[in-house]
This record gives sequence, C-alpha cells and structure tokens, in this order.
Amino acid sequence: MSDRIDVRKTYKLYVGGAFPRSESGYTYEVTDAKGAFVANAALASRKDARDAVVAARKAFGPWSGRTAYNRAQVLYRVAEVLEDRRPQFVQAVVQSEGLSASKAERVVDESVDRLVWYAGWADKITQVVGGANPVAGPFFNLTTPEATGVVAVLAPERSSLLGLVTAIAPVVVTGNTAVVVSSYSRPLAAVTLAEVLATSDVPGGVVNVLTGSAATLGPWLASHMDVNALDLLGTAGQTELARDLEVAAADNLKRVRRAPAAEPDFTREPGLDTMTDFLELKTVWHPMGV
Amino acid sequence: MPITASSAATAPTGGSGLADVTSSDAALRRFLHGLPGVDQVGAEARAASLATRSIKTTAKEQALDLAIRMVDLTTLEGSDTHGKVRALAAKAVRPDPADPACPSAAAVCVYPDMVATAKETLGDSGVHVAAVATAFPSGRAALDIKLADTRDAVEAGADEIDMVIDRGAFLSGRYLQVFEEIVAVREACARADGEDAHLKVIFETGELQTYDNVRRVSWLAMLAGAHFIKTSTGKVQPAATLPVTLVMLEAVRDFRRQTGQMVGVKPAGGIRTSKDAIKYLVMVNEVAGADWLDPDWFRFGASTLLNDLLMQRTKLRTGRYSGPDYFTLD
Amino acid sequence: MTPSSPFDYAPAPESRAVVDIKATYGLFVGGEFVDGHGTPFKTVDPATEEVLAEVAEASDADVDAAVKAARKAHERVWGRMPGRERAKYLYRIARIIQERSRELAVLETIDNGKPIKESRDVDVPTVAAHFFYYAGWADKLEHAGYGTTPLGVAGQVIPWNFPLLMLAWKVAPALACGNTVVLKPAETTPLTALLFAEICQQADLPAGVVNIVTGAGATGQALVAHPGVDKVAFTGSTAVGKAIARTVAGTSKKVTLELGGKAANIVFDDAPVDQAVEGIVTGIFFNQGHVCCAGSRLLVQESIAEEVLDRLRERMSTLRLGDPLDKNTDIGAINSAAQLARIRELADIGEQEVSGERWSPACELPERGFWFPPTVFTGVTQAHRIAREEIFGPVLSVLTFRTPSEAVEKANNTPFGLSAGIWSEKGSRILEIASRLRAGVVWANTFNKFDPTSPFGGYQESGYGREGGRHGLAAYLEGGQR
Repeated sequence: MSDRIDVRKTYKLYVGGAFPRSESGYTYEVTDAKGAFVANAALASRKDARDAVVAARKAFGPWSGRTAYNRAQVLYRVAEVLEDRRPQFVQAVVQSEGLSASKAERVVDESVDRLVWYAGWADKITQVVGGANPVAGPFFNLTTPEATGVVAVLAPERSSLLGLVTAIAPVVVTGNTAVVVSSYSRPLAAVTLAEVLATSDVPGGVVNVLTGSAATLGPWLASHMDVNALDLLGTAGQTELARDLEVAAADNLKRVRRAPAAEPDFTREPGLDTMTDFLELKTVWHPMGV
Repeated sequence: MPITASSAATAPTGGSGLADVTSSDAALRRFLHGLPGVDQVGAEARAASLATRSIKTTAKEQALDLAIRMVDLTTLEGSDTHGKVRALAAKAVRPDPADPACPSAAAVCVYPDMVATAKETLGDSGVHVAAVATAFPSGRAALDIKLADTRDAVEAGADEIDMVIDRGAFLSGRYLQVFEEIVAVREACARADGEDAHLKVIFETGELQTYDNVRRVSWLAMLAGAHFIKTSTGKVQPAATLPVTLVMLEAVRDFRRQTGQMVGVKPAGGIRTSKDAIKYLVMVNEVAGADWLDPDWFRFGASTLLNDLLMQRTKLRTGRYSGPDYFTLD
Repeated sequence: MTPSSPFDYAPAPESRAVVDIKATYGLFVGGEFVDGHGTPFKTVDPATEEVLAEVAEASDADVDAAVKAARKAHERVWGRMPGRERAKYLYRIARIIQERSRELAVLETIDNGKPIKESRDVDVPTVAAHFFYYAGWADKLEHAGYGTTPLGVAGQVIPWNFPLLMLAWKVAPALACGNTVVLKPAETTPLTALLFAEICQQADLPAGVVNIVTGAGATGQALVAHPGVDKVAFTGSTAVGKAIARTVAGTSKKVTLELGGKAANIVFDDAPVDQAVEGIVTGIFFNQGHVCCAGSRLLVQESIAEEVLDRLRERMSTLRLGDPLDKNTDIGAINSAAQLARIRELADIGEQEVSGERWSPACELPERGFWFPPTVFTGVTQAHRIAREEIFGPVLSVLTFRTPSEAVEKANNTPFGLSAGIWSEKGSRILEIASRLRAGVVWANTFNKFDPTSPFGGYQESGYGREGGRHGLAAYLEGGQR
C-alpha cells in the first residue's frame, strides 16, 4: 500500500458553473497546517476575477428571479450534499486548520447546520425585514427587500469551511450572486465546496470561487463597476488593505461590509445583518380607489 | 343674458372616426370601455390641487359675476307653486334689486308644468327656462311617457330640457338603450320653427359611483347629441363634486379635440358657496379651457348659491360683510 | 402663462410679515447662537437676487466645538434619557413646527425659491409629520428590531432642495434613537435650519442635542471627516456622496447616502392618461425639478406617445411660473445662479445632441432672479447626456418604448436607482414591472409621494440606507445596517 504513488491534485477555479484553470496559468502550492504539500491550487488573476463577475452578473437575474422557496430548496440541497461528503470536508479541515478529527467533525457539522439555517431564511427574510407602511393617504404601500446584485466576498483566511459557508450562504440565499475569493492559505474546503455546488442544484455563476490572494484580487473586485457589494470579512486585521478596498469600492458606491478587527467566532449564530447588508429595500406605492 | 341657440351637437360624430361606435351595443361597449381609465386617487388629488388656487380682488369680482351669469336657478319641489316660480323667475332676472349692474342668472330650472309660468315672468329678459323632463328624477317610466313629458315642456316654451338617463340600463351595460333614449329625447326637443330646445343630459353620477362610469357616460351622451352634460338631479347624494366635474370637463375637452364640437357642462346640487363656485370656475379654466368660461358652456344647477354669490359680490363692492336679510329669499 | 381667460388670476401673494429675517446669523452650538470663525457668506432670495442675510461660516474649529457639544450632550443627557422623555421633546418640536408652519413655509419659500403652495402644503406639513412619527418611536425602539443603543454623534449634511424637510428626515430619527446631531444645511438655504434652532430653544431641548453649523463644502467635509462623529448622513450629489464614502473608509463610522437619480416614469398604452399626465408634470416640475427622485426620463409607449405629449404640452401651458410667494405659482425660482447655469448647460447640450424638439410653453420669465421655463425634449435616446445625467431642473427627456421588456431595460439602464414610475391600469403588469425595476421607490399610478412611514432611498449610485419608516431607525442604532 505504502508503495503507491499519490495522484496529486491540481485544483481549478469555479466560474460560471465550470472548472477552468487560471487564465494566467499560475498555480500555487497548498500545504497543510504543518507545512506539508497537499495540492496545487489555481492562482486566480484579475482576468479570472473579471470573468467571474461576468458569470455572476449573468446568473443574477435568473437566480434573484427564482422563488424564495426554490432558493431555499437549492441551499438545503447543498447542505445535503455537504453532509454526504462529510469525510472529505473533515479531512480538508484537518489538513487546512490543523484541527483534531473530532474538532473538524464539529466544524463540518456546524457548517452543514449553518447552511440549513440560512436555507430556511430564503422565504422568511422578506416578512421579517419588509412590511406594509401605513401612509397618511389612500395608498397601498409596501416595502420589500431585494438582492443587491453581484457581491464580491473575501472569505475568511482562517476559518476555511465554517467561515466560508457563513460568508457565502447569506449572500446567495436572498438572491445575490457571489464572487468568492477563498482563503489563500487554506483553500481546500473552498475547492471542495465548489465541487459540491457543481453537483448540487446551484445554477452556474451563482457562486464563483477563486483561489488566490485577497490582496491581489481584492482591488480589482473592489473597483469593478459591475460589482454591487463587497464583503471584507477576509481582511480582518488588515486595516490598510481594508481601507484601500473600501475607498476603491466608493467608485460605484458598493455596499461594503467591513471586516471586524479580528476574525470572528463563526460558531456563534449569525445575525440578520449578514443578509440585510446585501439587500436593498424597495418601496412600492399604489393608489387605492375604485 | 346672451345664451344663443348654438348648435353644438348636430351630427357630432361626422368625420371624427366615431361614426361606427354607436352602430351596435357591442361596438358602443367596445368604444366606451376602450376609453382611458380614471384613477380615482389621481383625479381627486388633481381636483383638490386646483381647489387651492387663490382667487382674489379683481379676479374674484370677475369670477363672481361670471358665476351669477352661469346659475340655473332651480326649484324642483313637490310643493312648488306658480307663485313660487314667478318669484324665482323675477329673482333670476334681477338677482340684486339694489344693484342694476348685477347680471341676470342663466336660466330658471323647473318642472314641466311650471314652464309656462316661468316663461311668462321671464318674458324677453334673456333668462332661459329649463325644464327637467323624462320622469325626473328617477327616470323610471316608459319611453313614450318620457318623450311626452319632454314634448310637453318644449311646447310650453322651455328653452332647455334637462333629461335624466336610465341609470339602471347604464349600470347593467345596456349602453345602446341609453344612447337611443337620449337621441329620441333630443328629437323630442325639436320645434317646428327650428328653435330646438337645448338638451342637457343628467347622469346622476352619485348612482354611477365610479369615475370610469362618469367618463363613459359622458362620451355616450355626447355621441348621442347632448348639448350639455350634467352631473346630478340634486335628489341623490353625493350630487356634484369637483372630481366628477373634472372628469366631465376632460371628456368635453377631449370630445372637442376629436370632433371639433363643444359640449357644455353643468354640475348641479350641493354647490352652495361662492368659494365652491370659484373652485369650479378655476377647474373649467385650467382643464377644459377658457372657451368654456361662458354660460353657453358652463352652468351651475343651484338654488342657495345665488344668494351667497350676491353677498360676496356686495362685500367686494362695499368692503363690509353683508347678511342674508339684505337679499331676497327667492 | 395663464391662458387668456375671462378671469385672469390676480396676484395673491402670501404675506412676508410673518417672518423676521435677521441681518446676520451665527452658528447654533451647545444650545446657543455663537459667532463663526470662517468667512461669512450671504444667502439670497433666488426669485429677486435680494440679499436676505449674512450667515456665519463654521471653521474646522467651530465644527470641532459643535461635535464636542454634541458628544457632551449625548453622554451626559440625551443618550441616557429614557425614550419616553426624548419622545416628549420630539412631540414638542413637532407641535411648534405646526404652530409656526406659516412662518416656516414663507421663510423656506423666500430662501429657496420654491412655490409657497409647495412649502405650505407639502414641505412643512411633512416636516411636522416626520417629527410626530419618530417621536413615537423613541420609547418603542426595543420593538423595532435594531436594538436600543444609539450610535452617538451624527454628522448630517443636507441639500438645498428641501431644506427643512431634509433636516427633519435627518434630525428626527437621529434624536428619537438617542443620538445627538451636528447638522450642516446647504449654503444657499440655511435660514429655516437656523429657525429650527430657535424652535429647539423654544422646546427647551437640552443644549448640544442639536447643533447647526452653516457653511459650504469645506464645512461639510470637516464635519464628515471629524473623528468624533459616529455616523454620517448625507443627502446630495452622487459625486459628493462618493467622496464621503472614501472619507469614512477604514473608520467605524456608519453612513447613509441619499444621492442623485435619473428616474424613469413609464407610461403604458393602457394608462389612466389624464392622471399619467399629472404624474409626469408632478414628476419633473414639482419643486422646479430640484428633486433627486424626479421623473426626469419619460418612457412612453410608442402607440400613445403623440397623444400623451399633446396632452402634456397642453397641461404645461397652464403651469404658472413666477413669484414663489404667490399662492397660485406652480413653478418657482431656480435655487441659485450656479444651478441655473448647470441646467442651461445641460439643456443646451440637449438641444445640440437631440434630433427631436426642445419645447417650453409660452412663458414670460421675470427679469431679476434665477428662472428656467419648464422644458421638454422629445426624440431623446439612452445615448444622450440629458437621458443619463441628473439635470436637477425642470427639464424632461422623452423616450419611447414598444414592449414592457424594453421599458424595463431602458429604465434600468442607468447607474442610478432611486425611483421609478409606472402608469398602467393592469394590475399584474404593474406588479411585474415594479419587481423588475432596480429602484428604491416605485410609484405606480402616482409619483413623488412621501410619507414619514415610508422608507426612501436608492439602489446603486443613488446611495444606501433608508430614511423614513421603521427602516429609517436602522441608520441610527447599533443593531442597524452597516
């Protein structure tokens, strides 16, 4: 057994439902927590980021136009497939985060549960966040949340699965599409999640996963005029980068979710703000008469 | 009182692309239901906005005199007597005995059996006699009765006939029946000497309820040859309102745009104050246009309004408020 | 502009006697009127170019003093006051606004140039309503869903188009949530904000809860950049909004931006035409078109375009332009020489680039003051600058469409996303189009309606955050958005 030579993997990007290599042709070595080689990952370039935005934009209309019930079903299906592939994710977390197997199992469980939690929000957030407004006049007036559009997500650097899921799920469950820059040093869970997404019912382009550096890709995404929002979660602790990206994001007034000073504890149940930060409120008036 | 026998509505549909719309019930329905809808809230907001116009000083003087000239001074009571009608007619000719410069009203409006009395009192004053006919106010009688009612009033000397439409027929969608009845009444307004009585068509908008219905019935009546379209009998609440009149003014404006012919508008019932009357005049001015600011094209069906107009007129002239004791009851 | 009529409306001017404009105004800091240390500037009546008053300019040090006063008031008084007590102050303010409504309306009209009927019937009543609405929230925050912790000091910068109303939109929710404010009114319209300062005194509002610093862009910049400010709220141009977003980047300041727009007002062939024409007029000529959510792009279905335009021209011919204090004036003065120049420039560009017609009703403009006639451009396409750039004046660009999809595509083909209008009698079409329009406020069969309970704000480059309604609280509480 031990004589067998491993088939070493070279992971690819996940863009528009396909798995392309990086346009640049570059890859980088991914190591485990102890520094041993694990695999090669594609090193996404600015052009990959651009392609991912195009894919995400194309997917936005149809995805946001689906019924909330359907998006809930799709997300729940992701949770199912993730649960199916539990051992693979446990291994990825063990390798990337250096956790014990039992701790990694808890992380995977938590990640599946997190997906289930967010899936359920798809058809409830509108009722919790929206509402009827009793204007002083003969008008029917209703406020409803709508997806912002294409959201660039800089995923957490350390929490490679639970943090990733907690970053992506609230963005897409409400109808946004995402361009995700995974953890640079810990991309294994992200590329495995991409395989899960590809084999579940998530339409191509809804989630696009780029492995690479947030410092390199971030500025291109932050200044991209067809990106509507930016989650800076992955810049936690990097105040200068975070500020520069926020400045660039002002070019088209992206909605920016700032990073906390340090990467948060993702085992805590997230707040509604993880979803509402990437929602717009639309208020529709109509007269009432005969 | 310069109302002339302007032949507003002869062959109204010729050459305007409207000739076929009354060819069948189905065609008429298609046409009326193809008219643009009226949004209630928007129409009421527009009327309310026009009502905020501030008409002061010289403009108010002009408006008050114009309003007096537009009044169809009305008595339509079961208790009407010849004496009452004679008094009313005298008041119409000379509303303010203290001021010979005060203009006369446009007409007196009475039941058919009082036409002769009114005519006798009015003589050649220029003030017209309008008679409500066609089983006013409900209109619930056989057509031949309504036509006889009309002819009776015309023979007695009525210059104007205020007919009511069959609201039941309209509300149940029998538009052609309503149309044909108006046509028939208009024929009954004819006189051998060619001095036909003018026909005002009363919709009783309070029973039609919706502005869409008001717009449709306005077009229906204009297509049938109405000289005037009129809101109400005064016997049903709500009677005239600003938004209903707005929709009717839009209709006559659009009808002229399409056919080149003008039709008059008469809100009736519930207009009691000068302030109200001036709001209507502002609306006429800004919606239908200044061409309609003439008793030939706009009337107020009212009884108590006239005295309020006179009081305001006196206030403007004397600089002090007047009181009802200084004006005649009728 | 009145059609010849048996009764031309005689002048009906509202009396100016109700207002008392002082020769000079200071800043309102810590509950007192104080001198400014910048270079004083003049505010003029745009209808006559008469100088109304000299107003202090707040220097950086003045802004600092105001922020400190606000901080102190927040920490010592307002932030720890029970909500029901804050509520009563806000109710007091609301009542005083109602009581002094005529004075506020006349002053607003004199300083801004807007018709008295609008300041009297729209601006001031809505201001009072806004304070009443948020007063009621002050002791009910735990039910609103954003927690009860205020942010601290809010720095608020407002525009000149609805000076007092924008003040209300900013101040009322901030105070209700327990924040204190430093507000900078626009340099061309500071007077009603300064009168509001007097009202705060009259209400015995604790010192420093509301501070008003007057000045132009530099004062605003100093306020926005001040490290003692926890929250920035801005209404104004998209360019300045972006600059503010850059200024606050990397800080913990929360921001709401309510910026420009280029709203499509879509008229389908089954529209209630007379009301649609009113909506078009209200959409673009209300407040001289100085409205961020103005319906400046008319998208009319080709099959009824001519009819709608005929009616629109006829309707426009009845608009009365002139003395803003005249109760019958529909179109007042352009707020400033600079804004007039901007409108003229874009209108001239429109004239050069558009193949269609530039049309205004016969309209005599007063000799003095800043005036621009209501104007319609037909034959405009999405490629034209007047269809893309916010003119912020009484200039309507008319485009046509053939199908609902084309209407939506054209409507959404803009970096803005503040508002939109739909005119149709078909319910299902309205709901579908409304859901596809990328705009924060969609008016169906109505336009330019505002209410304190109804959240207002844009998508995309029209800004972020909402003002009004329960959602408006989110901008001023720790548990709110971003």
